[in-house]
Amino acid sequence: MAESWRRSQWRNGLFALPFLVTFAAFLVFPLIWGFWLSLHKVDLFGPGRFVGFDNYVKVLRDPQFRQALLNTLIFVATTVPTLVALGLFLALALNHLTRATAFLRGLFFASSVLSVTIVTLIWRIVFIPNDGLIALVFDHLGWAQIGFLSTKGWSLFSVGVATVWWCIGLPMMLFLAALQQIPVDHYEAAALDNANRWRVLTRITLPAIRRTVLLVAIIQVVMQFQLFGQAQLMTNGGPAGSSRPLVMYIYEVGFIRWEVGRAAAASEILFLIILCAAMIQYVVATRNQEGV
Amino acid sequence: MSASIEIRNVTKRYGGLTVLEDISLSIAAGEFVVFLGPSGCGKSTLLRMVAGLEALDGGTIDLGGTRIDTLPPGKRGVAMVFQSYALYPHMTVAQNMGFGLENIGMAREDIARRVTAAADVLEIAHLLDRKPAKLSGGQRQRVAIGRAIVKEPKAFLFDEPLSNLDAALRGRTRLELAQLHARLGSTMIFVTHDQVEAMTLADRIVVMHNRRIEQIGTPMEIYRRPATRFVAGFVGTPAISILGVKAAELGPRGLTVDLGSAGVLQTRLQLPVAVPAAGGLEIGIRPEDVTVVPPGGDGIPARAEVVEHLGERTLVYARLPDGQQITAEADGRSTLRAGTEVKLRLDPDALHLFAADGRAFHVDAGGYDG
Repeated sequence: MAESWRRSQWRNGLFALPFLVTFAAFLVFPLIWGFWLSLHKVDLFGPGRFVGFDNYVKVLRDPQFRQALLNTLIFVATTVPTLVALGLFLALALNHLTRATAFLRGLFFASSVLSVTIVTLIWRIVFIPNDGLIALVFDHLGWAQIGFLSTKGWSLFSVGVATVWWCIGLPMMLFLAALQQIPVDHYEAAALDNANRWRVLTRITLPAIRRTVLLVAIIQVVMQFQLFGQAQLMTNGGPAGSSRPLVMYIYEVGFIRWEVGRAAAASEILFLIILCAAMIQYVVATRNQEGV
Repeated sequence: MSASIEIRNVTKRYGGLTVLEDISLSIAAGEFVVFLGPSGCGKSTLLRMVAGLEALDGGTIDLGGTRIDTLPPGKRGVAMVFQSYALYPHMTVAQNMGFGLENIGMAREDIARRVTAAADVLEIAHLLDRKPAKLSGGQRQRVAIGRAIVKEPKAFLFDEPLSNLDAALRGRTRLELAQLHARLGSTMIFVTHDQVEAMTLADRIVVMHNRRIEQIGTPMEIYRRPATRFVAGFVGTPAISILGVKAAELGPRGLTVDLGSAGVLQTRLQLPVAVPAAGGLEIGIRPEDVTVVPPGGDGIPARAEVVEHLGERTLVYARLPDGQQITAEADGRSTLRAGTEVKLRLDPDALHLFAADGRAFHVDAGGYDG
């Protein structure tokens, strides 16, 4: 009986096998292989040569990489707080069910289902000089035109605006779900406790959804560090690389310059940055909430 | 500090559904009033209307002579203890208790003084730095009461605050609430569907049913002189026995009722002219007013179907020859067993008569309309 029990325990593991195989094939193996590639000078057409950490040294010394890293950090530092704050604002504004709020929820989430191609097409039409929507508005107001997609500074800003518009649906929905988990009687108790709207927001609502705020922030940090499609399709990283993000740098090194080993090294660095950023956020947030 | 509450012609509707209709009620300063009724009778809604958590569709509510139904909840001078306690999970006990005082800009030292004083009264001083998640159900309940006490409200509102506690803790907390009321002397409204809580805590009970107040009275008035058949049936455990009246005749000594197989009883009941002496009449009699006659004695024959030996008394659930059920009480030392034939005696002076419209009439004072 004991033997059959042991055997049945072992067989139970088979249920997890499809996932484990997929996980190993598409996540663990590429991760290890990527690291292995990063230690080699390799292109797509022949066997590579082991160069140790040479690729990492070259990547870190490359001014283009440093500029892309800076662009990405600025992008993440501006879009993530915007997405969290705006998502929370929308969720708070739409956290009651009427026909209007149901329609607006759908409307704000609708952008999330579009492909990056459509999103960038829409925002190019908005930002494009002379005939773009903003250009027409500026013309109407008699203001000087701004080359949103072709001016240093403005190009990354424009990519950021398109990104926030595209990605706002998920944070809003996550915040809405969290807000609806707060028991109504907490708000009733607060009303009897004479709490004004600001006190209710800061002392009841925000503490109650802090875990969701952390979740949204981590998801967005991970997502926005991987910026690529919007930048490539709206500005192609320009002008002068001022809107080139890290993933675009990796793409150019790997698939245009065919330096796959160096691209893999840059990928590993990006992976470490994202991992550190997420971990720091998690540790800081959970330390602040200790004992809750 | 306590204040009287005046509820006048209050009505509440949800869309086309009326849940409270023309409710009027006066509560004296310092009185402990219990709203009692089955689920869905509107008792919690009425309490929440006093608290300001539900809007009125008609009528007014005054507290201490000031109209409060137009004020927001925090400005009404009431404090409420919720069924779920509604403690803020991320705040400590002290912060929970002091939150309402912080919101009105009270000085930190004064808040601390009030919180400490309330915590001492409720014996939760050692819990002040804990979060609600680290408290037992009983402790949370005390914190919720403490949060109400520190506000020194004109009236306390309790919305089934004992229903989440286990039986032993419920009994103890009930006693403590009675002591708290005696100590504070505050006006308190307590909502429950538990008649034991109502009977033990209340100065007066407001029995509610089907959108209306059925009866307002002291616990003994409610029990001894129920205004309606509903009140008679809802209050009392085991429930009052209801027997159909085959025929009734009003004579100079009172009403004589023919109860079929339960015999003909001469009562001292006097009926107002408006009540027809026959048709749809019923009598009600409480178990303690139906006794099991010792063997050989004379009484109404019945068959004991279930016998409950409770120690201090024995309850006999019996069936009369015509199929009607009646509950009787026997001595605690009774050895009666289910299935045996018994003889029962009804105390004619303890009978309640119910008219077809549900109104109740009692022996010594005729009609009683609540």
